[in-house]
Amino acid sequence: MKSVLYFPLLWTWRRVLLVLMTAIIGLGAGGFPFTASAADPAQEQQITAADSGGITGETKASLILAPKLKRADYPNIGVSSRAIVWVVAQMHLFFGALVLAVPIFVLVIEFIGFKTNDDRYDDMAHEFMKISLTAYAITALFGGTLALSLFLLYPDFMNYMMRVFGSQMLVYAVLFFLESMLLYIYYYGWNALRYGNSKWVHLTLGLLLNAVGTTLLVVANSWTTFMMAPSGVDSAGAVIGNIWEIMKGPLWNPLNLHRFIANVAFGGAVVGAYAAFKFLCAKTAADKAHYDWMGYTSNFIAILAFLPLPFAGYWLMAEIYAYSQQMGILAMGGILAWLFVIQAVLICTILFAGNYYLWSGMARTEGSERYQWLIKYIAVVLVFGFLVWVTPHNVIFTTNEIAKLGGGHHPVLGPLGIMPAKNIAVFLMLIFTFLSFQIYRRADKVITVSWQAWGNTLMAAIYIVACANVIFAGVYYGYFTNTVYKVGSSVMQVASTLAVIVAGSVIDTLMFKGAKTLPSSWGKVSDRSQYALFALPVAFTWLMALMGYVRSSVRTHWHVYTVMKDNSPDNFIPTLATVGNTVTFATVLFLIFLLFIFWIANLSGIKQKPPVSAGKIVPAESAA
Amino acid sequence: MNILIKTLGFSLALILTFTAVSYVLPQMKGEAPVEKEMDVGALTMDSFIAMGKDLYQGKGTCTLCHNQLGRAPDLLALNVEKTSLERLADSRYQGKAKNTEGYLRESMLEPNIYVVKGFGKKGTNDAESPMPAIDKPPAQLSQVEIDAIIAFLQHKDGNKVTVALPTKTSLPAAAEEKTAPAKPALAQSPEEAIAKFGCAACHSILKTESTVGPNLNDVGKRLSIAQIRESIIAPGTVIAEGYPPIMPDLSEKMTTKELEIMAQFLAQQKTKTQP
Ligand code: HEC
Ligand code: HEM
Repeated sequence: MKSVLYFPLLWTWRRVLLVLMTAIIGLGAGGFPFTASAADPAQEQQITAADSGGITGETKASLILAPKLKRADYPNIGVSSRAIVWVVAQMHLFFGALVLAVPIFVLVIEFIGFKTNDDRYDDMAHEFMKISLTAYAITALFGGTLALSLFLLYPDFMNYMMRVFGSQMLVYAVLFFLESMLLYIYYYGWNALRYGNSKWVHLTLGLLLNAVGTTLLVVANSWTTFMMAPSGVDSAGAVIGNIWEIMKGPLWNPLNLHRFIANVAFGGAVVGAYAAFKFLCAKTAADKAHYDWMGYTSNFIAILAFLPLPFAGYWLMAEIYAYSQQMGILAMGGILAWLFVIQAVLICTILFAGNYYLWSGMARTEGSERYQWLIKYIAVVLVFGFLVWVTPHNVIFTTNEIAKLGGGHHPVLGPLGIMPAKNIAVFLMLIFTFLSFQIYRRADKVITVSWQAWGNTLMAAIYIVACANVIFAGVYYGYFTNTVYKVGSSVMQVASTLAVIVAGSVIDTLMFKGAKTLPSSWGKVSDRSQYALFALPVAFTWLMALMGYVRSSVRTHWHVYTVMKDNSPDNFIPTLATVGNTVTFATVLFLIFLLFIFWIANLSGIKQKPPVSAGKIVPAESAA
Repeated sequence: MNILIKTLGFSLALILTFTAVSYVLPQMKGEAPVEKEMDVGALTMDSFIAMGKDLYQGKGTCTLCHNQLGRAPDLLALNVEKTSLERLADSRYQGKAKNTEGYLRESMLEPNIYVVKGFGKKGTNDAESPMPAIDKPPAQLSQVEIDAIIAFLQHKDGNKVTVALPTKTSLPAAAEEKTAPAKPALAQSPEEAIAKFGCAACHSILKTESTVGPNLNDVGKRLSIAQIRESIIAPGTVIAEGYPPIMPDLSEKMTTKELEIMAQFLAQQKTKTQP
């Protein structure tokens, strides 16, 4: 009896939730067109734009300045409005990131499975999507709650944003519906469109899903970047540009890139934790092998996406500096700079976990013995890198702040606390993480190409030159020149690091031609290594919340930087402990929801045995 | 279950470690600048200079760049008087300033006029300064506040302070409301405001009629409150069709409070004629 009810029940539950949430979002988005468009036609008849000032007919109705709010204009519900919106927005971002990221690599994995005719890939891709699907309902839940709380707690600000972005918000709503449809068809159509030409249809659906998802991301990003670096409005906040000019602010593309890559890394890390969890629970050798392999693939995705992140991060930061020095310095050198010490701890956790997992994974094959000796050197570099990186910065304070701290300089570690030293550490850590990655990939191969010795020498030379470059650039620009902009050093360091990654990938690909693959015994990794797969998403989640906070906080007491002041009771920059608490709260909440998702995903895979009583006809089960 | 507890415990421990890091780092709060009321009568040169110092380190955000790390000339370390005179004597100097005070003010209001060698924005060959115009957002200092900073900068090396103390008329608009009783009495109701600013001369409003300008008895139907505000303080921006652009600019005559009274009242005028 029960087995028949299970699936429909679960389905209905999900659907109800989804419908509810989309309704809420619809309400949120719908509130706007109502207020604005109701007023529009009347205005257009009465007002004609003055010719001067370059105001076009199209925009005349929006010539409304950003409101100047007083404290009393903000609804007060007794609890900090910022704290509420902060946590809810962060939850929405976590799940949004997951939901947008998973289909990206699922599509790639599906394609690999299709090309290699290996069903393992296809099954794994399908299993990943299962996680994304439940996460989607929760994304909508938090999206709706976010819209609701913003409209309730910051009505005037939201009103202004609605006026600026106008119909673009409608586009967002439409995209959201498209995304829902595609996601459901993509997941539930998986088995129906599994082979032959149908597979192409399915792959196309996946591509569409990702196209819509990425568009959603960049549209939502434009709200964020508008608040940081408004464009398309004049200094009083009146809209003078079209929607494209409003969206295409100076920080839009850097943020798009950084978030896109970060999302993929984040998504990979989360499904890696899922695999690790299943691995630890697995009873049979076959299950262990499957989830070991799944964990490995997830980690591969996460680390691969993670490696270019710092570059995207530097680009974003450079654009922030270019837009406003004040904002850049505030983030990296002012009161917020201490946050980057935590960032260092978090990123190093990620690097340690990623490397440790790779080293443990080498035990799967005997061929790894050839490379074991390298591990200790990599470990040393990572530890030293970590120590330099977390050495407190030379931070700039107002005099009061310095007095409170008893001096802004670190007396002993001073020279290690400046940016170039940190850059050396960061880039060396990245290079050596790539080395781990490379020896891992080589562990199960016996290379047969004739130019093997020559290729290895070249590779070693590239490593040496790159490290030397990174160190030289850091030391030279950092200590021996007095340029105001020490950015010059990072250009050389970035180029060297990228060169290693690119050259390493190319050389290996060529070398692996015709290489013998040694047997790998999947499932033969230590349980302990699986905890690295938990450390990764935990650190990532915390990092994401922290950096999102930094991004938001550099606006200081502005809703929209330089255009609309924030006069709410929460317009100050909170202490780090407050930030830590809030970020931890959001992360733990995310963890709880995540476990729930894992549980649901697990549940749908459990089939109760039909009761064996002679003579009864057991109803046939529909395929999931 | 065992595994659930172990993995959860591990994750929580890690999260708590990160939280602990945020606890051991210095705890500071960054307060948003507070608009201070200025009592001109009680202001002395000493308190004016102290105010300049506060602004320099706080609201003005000057120390963010002007410090010993070499992003901008360290104004606290150099003798500002001497430096200014050197700048003025430089052949690259194109500005209009004649003395220290003028140079300092110019540096703050139009930083691009003269960019100290080596400090220009990257790639502009010292043609563009990274320094923001200080009277514009985000710092948005008023003329008086800029004067106070100049006084502070001149005073700190024991040089002669040449800026004058602010008088009642030089105060920013926000302070005006409180400290300028010489002005005509504040309108307390919409009726008073309409009478004070003479709106009825051109518009139909309250009980009177005039067709020079648009009828205001239904303006609440046609315009949002924000548009009403704008029509009052920047009448030239959008002009209702069929009317001459003769509406006076009231932005400098009205207090914000009066504007608010007026705008609130007008936004409620939704019928053609007053009942
Ligand atoms: C975003 C960084 C930044 C901020 C904030 C900033 N400045 Fe500057 N300032 C500079 C730079 C860079 C220069 C040198 C280039 C130039 O001459 O414009 C400069 C130049 C000056 C000069 C001319 C100095 C000289 O040696 O000739 C004065 C005076 C000055 N700033 C005053 C101020 C004051 C007062 C504030 C705060 C209200 C302030 N600045 C805020 C970056 C900044
Ligand atoms: C090691 C590499 C890095 C990792 C793993 C990383 C990770 C992340 C993640 C996960 C986010 C949240 C993305 C989102 O909102 O979806 C983020 C945002 C951000 N990162 Fe990075 N980052 C790295 C390097 C950097 C660097 C080097 C900088 C700057 C110097 C930087 C600056 C930022 C900023 C300002 C944000 C805020 C953007 C936002 O959330 O809206 N990042 N980063």
